[in-house]
Amino acid sequence: MADPSHAELARVVRDHAGRLAATLVRVTGDFATAEDLVQDAVLAALEHWPAEGIPERPDGWLFTVARRRGLDVLRREDTYRTKLAQLQWPVPPDPDERLRLIFTCCHPALPQDARIALTLRVVCGLTTAQIARAFLAPETTVAQRITRAKQKITKAGIPYRIPDPDELGARLTEVLAVIYLLFNEGYLSTAERAQSRDLVDDAEWLAALLHRLMPTEPEVAGLLALVRLHRARAKARFDPAGDLVLLQDQDRTLWDHETIAEATRLLTRAALHKQPGPYQLQAAIVACHAEAPRWADTDWEQIVLLYDMLLHLAPSPVTRLHRAIALRYTADARAAMTELDTLADSLDQYHLYHATRAELLRELGHPDQARAADRRALALTANPAEQAVLRQRITWP
Amino acid sequence: MRYVLLFVDTEPFAADLQAMEPVERERAYARVGEWMATNRNKIRGGSKLQPPETATTVRLDRGDPVVTDGPFVEGKEVVSGYTEIEVADLDEALRMVQTWPGCPVVEIRPIES
Repeated sequence: MADPSHAELARVVRDHAGRLAATLVRVTGDFATAEDLVQDAVLAALEHWPAEGIPERPDGWLFTVARRRGLDVLRREDTYRTKLAQLQWPVPPDPDERLRLIFTCCHPALPQDARIALTLRVVCGLTTAQIARAFLAPETTVAQRITRAKQKITKAGIPYRIPDPDELGARLTEVLAVIYLLFNEGYLSTAERAQSRDLVDDAEWLAALLHRLMPTEPEVAGLLALVRLHRARAKARFDPAGDLVLLQDQDRTLWDHETIAEATRLLTRAALHKQPGPYQLQAAIVACHAEAPRWADTDWEQIVLLYDMLLHLAPSPVTRLHRAIALRYTADARAAMTELDTLADSLDQYHLYHATRAELLRELGHPDQARAADRRALALTANPAEQAVLRQRITWP
Repeated sequence: MRYVLLFVDTEPFAADLQAMEPVERERAYARVGEWMATNRNKIRGGSKLQPPETATTVRLDRGDPVVTDGPFVEGKEVVSGYTEIEVADLDEALRMVQTWPGCPVVEIRPIES
């Protein structure tokens, strides 16, 4: 296959890099070395495959490169070298070891930005340069973050294992947080990053992988459903000019209704476990929007109820803000505004707080105050698509 | 892996301990003693330290050695003791520390091997 597309390359690397990393960690017993070898192999693949085409067995190709490189760099470390030398392709199939990889990358003893970078590099096979581009960060910063994290894993004895049942809940929460952050980072970004690797793809792939490896964890299913429900509306989120279209103005025929139905079924199955959690509830809220044929058909009563449950499990001012937005439809703008006023202190630096206030002020007949609130929101967001919407509102008559 | 657990006192914690009835304080110490006993097969040594006002610091990076009274960092959080442990990995150390009944902050630092 000649001249593989950007997306095809990303997909193939993602499917194999993590597995190879897991195998090499097992064989060499050294996370940092294994990770370096995989990264070298990925870089070699990205150099050769675009011109030569993706090989028939990309996993074998990556393995061969990593092994050769490993025998080279491990010259002085006899035990690893011997183990690696004995390893022949194809490696005997093992139960998927990537779960351990994920738990190590998302260990709470690592700083959060390092967890994200490490997960992308080790589990998804991104290069340091790709991560840097996706996060608009200097490559040296990302490289340093990864180096430090790997040193900590080795020196502080962060284990390569799946947490015991009694720690699993808390540790899984950390993993889900990394995937969700990754998703948000990709989802909220706009055309200017279109050239970089799509983090939303990686987030969905990670959530799907985790769901496959932990099929009975309802929150994993909840996160996967949440990501898929958001993605199902992707086509309607930007107009042909690349400007953000707000939910109420979106052309709902552009939504991927098949994906919405599938994600909703996934969520319903997860609910059978009767262990509601923040991701299931957020997915249920998005499902309420996704299932409404028109904006006017939105089941706001249900949405307020789901927000109440979410606040009970995970109290947060941002969630209260979203609940207040729903209140505008179940009660009225005045009720929503009263609720919003209680959030003034905690959300003063959050652009959506001011943007929401602006909308309510406009509805309550205070256009000047509304414009001031929009200006405040504009000053607080760095997202160009959101800035465009706000600018437009400020210049309204 | 070997680690040192650095036990860190905070001002409110010290004040609480001070305000306790003697019996209550005895109980608090007993809980720490129990924790030590429970984990004794992982503990390789360590000590409670005298309070920070007993510390003396020597600085050797400014020409002649400079001797000053007090700990090397003046702060509201002070190291009040340490324990060396030997466990499989960081997760085991974390598990151990999570049941620590004494001071409110514990730093886990691997020992260079």
